[in-house]
Amino acid sequence: MAKVEIEIPEITGRIEIPRIKEGAASGDKFRSYPCKEKDMAILGFPTQRVEDWRQKAIAKMGELLKKYKSLQVYLDTCVRCGSCADKCQFFLGTKDPKNMPVARQELLRKVYRRYFTPAGKMLGKLANAEDLTEDVLNEWYVYFYQCSQCRRCSVYCPYGIDTAEICMAAREIMDAIGVGQKYTTEVLGKVLTIGNNLGLQPNALKNTLEFVEEEIKEATGVDVRLPMDEEGAEILLVTPSADFFASPHIESLIGYAKVFHQAGISWTISSHAAEFGNFGMFIGNYSIMQKVSQRIADAVRNLKVKRLIVGECGHAWRVAYSFWNTLVGPFDTLDPKYPGPQHICEFTMDLINRGVLKIDKSANDEFSVTFHDSCNVARASRMGNCAGGQFEIPRALIKAVCNKYVDMAEETIKENTFCCGAGAGLLTDELMQVRVAGVMPRMQALKQVVDSHGVNFFALICAVCKAQFTAVFPKYGLPMEMVGGVHQLVSKAIQI
Amino acid sequence: MNPLTVFYTIFTYIAIAIFILGFLTKIWKYGATPSPLKIPTTPAPTTAFGAGIRVACEALFFRSLFKGNKFIWLGGAVLHASLLVILISHTRYFIHPVPECLMYFQVFFQNIGHYAGYILLLAIGYLGLRRIFIDQTAYISILADYFILALIFCIGASGVLLKYITRPDLVSVKAFTLGLISFKPEAVPTNPIFLIHLTLILILLIYFPFSKLMHAGGIFFSPTRHQVDNSREKRHVNPWD
Repeated sequence: MAKVEIEIPEITGRIEIPRIKEGAASGDKFRSYPCKEKDMAILGFPTQRVEDWRQKAIAKMGELLKKYKSLQVYLDTCVRCGSCADKCQFFLGTKDPKNMPVARQELLRKVYRRYFTPAGKMLGKLANAEDLTEDVLNEWYVYFYQCSQCRRCSVYCPYGIDTAEICMAAREIMDAIGVGQKYTTEVLGKVLTIGNNLGLQPNALKNTLEFVEEEIKEATGVDVRLPMDEEGAEILLVTPSADFFASPHIESLIGYAKVFHQAGISWTISSHAAEFGNFGMFIGNYSIMQKVSQRIADAVRNLKVKRLIVGECGHAWRVAYSFWNTLVGPFDTLDPKYPGPQHICEFTMDLINRGVLKIDKSANDEFSVTFHDSCNVARASRMGNCAGGQFEIPRALIKAVCNKYVDMAEETIKENTFCCGAGAGLLTDELMQVRVAGVMPRMQALKQVVDSHGVNFFALICAVCKAQFTAVFPKYGLPMEMVGGVHQLVSKAIQI
Repeated sequence: MNPLTVFYTIFTYIAIAIFILGFLTKIWKYGATPSPLKIPTTPAPTTAFGAGIRVACEALFFRSLFKGNKFIWLGGAVLHASLLVILISHTRYFIHPVPECLMYFQVFFQNIGHYAGYILLLAIGYLGLRRIFIDQTAYISILADYFILALIFCIGASGVLLKYITRPDLVSVKAFTLGLISFKPEAVPTNPIFLIHLTLILILLIYFPFSKLMHAGGIFFSPTRHQVDNSREKRHVNPWD
């Protein structure tokens, strides 16, 4: 296979608003591989584009307009003010105007106008209403799989219009007519048949956990257990399956295990619910998102645990925090003092605040650390009791285990954080050019603190972020070893 | 009654009916469509009162727009503020007799009202120029965006002309407006600039519910702004699940 030439934007430390370059992100390098028939069949979608795709798509749009207030209101309310236009990392990185959130929405909105509004039905092009043609469907496929559903645009919109909602609807419509993306449907196929994103069978998972136990014993001399399927444990840990063997994710898993060990609280992983990630949200499919979440609810009940704690994952935390209660709740078998789910950062921070953990900060003295707010954690969730806890708790946790911490520029962190560029189904090889473009603004902000404070550890609490940054850092001239989890730092500092 | 009066009386009633019915139909649709999931843009208020404040800050001060782009915020805030002043100033045409306690306000708004007219024209002009000369804004602007700017500009310009150049007979204007409210129509003033001003306003009223101007109602139905962030504490029920 010919090697695809990836253009790497220059890193100057400044984020500039580009002049638009039409079609810049429309080529093959920006196009996801198409779905496989067997995966579409598992998910209950047509295996190929259906004959009457136009009518079916319009019908699906009509159905979604009645089910989602967000979709109905947001398709009507945009005034094309342009506040969102220069806020999307994919626009900043590719310069393609269709990656401006307002223009991305317009791809769906112009078809909505044509079939669902009096002005569009009567006046057509005069009302900027367009028929759903082959070309339009192609635009939808190319550009709605260049959105990571990070919600950055919704922060700056006067009405809070969330392009992620529009993106989810567009993907749901496309799946309903048999136009799916390979990566998301393939992963979901594995979840629905085997139970996790990576297709890990229970005995493979058991072996992995034993391997990690050996690693910890070798490194520390201490027997730290990583139990699986132990009924009656106090805590059920659900973590992204990448934590079980990907690097640097596995270092965080070791961190969680050490924390549970020192806290002396019994815990277990469930082979039935070995996946925290939920790609069902990425394709906007409520029932699939619910099916994936149901495994966790079942494991909570079957293992009779009192607390449900989740590991370091971004979009998954959004699904857990904001949606699980609705999808598969209430979690009425859990201890009411700890309404599920709890984030591992909330858990660990609480232990440190109560003096339960023995920490030696100097173990991390070789690191000058910065923290990247993962998009969905920042803009679609909370930690702790106060709004904004999702910013404060991870930072407090890092500062509790490290001596040297610095934040990137204010306008690039917390609610303004730039997405890593690979969320919501973009973490796939054929979209590397999209990923390299999308991560550019974050790299600009990082360069500033690398230069000013010698930052050499980039702390994360998301599995996709960890995979994306380890892949793109070398392209941008930074060592991939810089990338690590917050609980990796905890793991180094904790004295078991 | 002369034919012009018949025409404008009917036209006005129809326009107002379309506006009210259209607006309410849309609002009803927004209200009745469910929100299956909790999707407030975080950080978000954790109480209903806080969510109310958040929506108020958006509707009154355009808080998120201020975060996004100070220039667009300035243009939009000035536009809406001047519109508000102008609308309040126009209420004098619908109240008779004016009560003592409101007299002060009528005079106040009469005095600042005409400045608001000029400022409105400047704001519209600025926003229009943005849609021509800034390439991202030009790319995203559609015909409807230029149309509404032109329409409101002409309404404002004709209003300014009415104030200074071709003053209509205020008694007959007020007789006409009060006649409409009481369903006892009076003759429509024949001042041509007044008729242009009125016609454009009626077009605006008819256009309103079918256009992006519904953001006026839509803003209150945006789940990312009005939802309370309490999904762990209180189970949000999906009406269709």
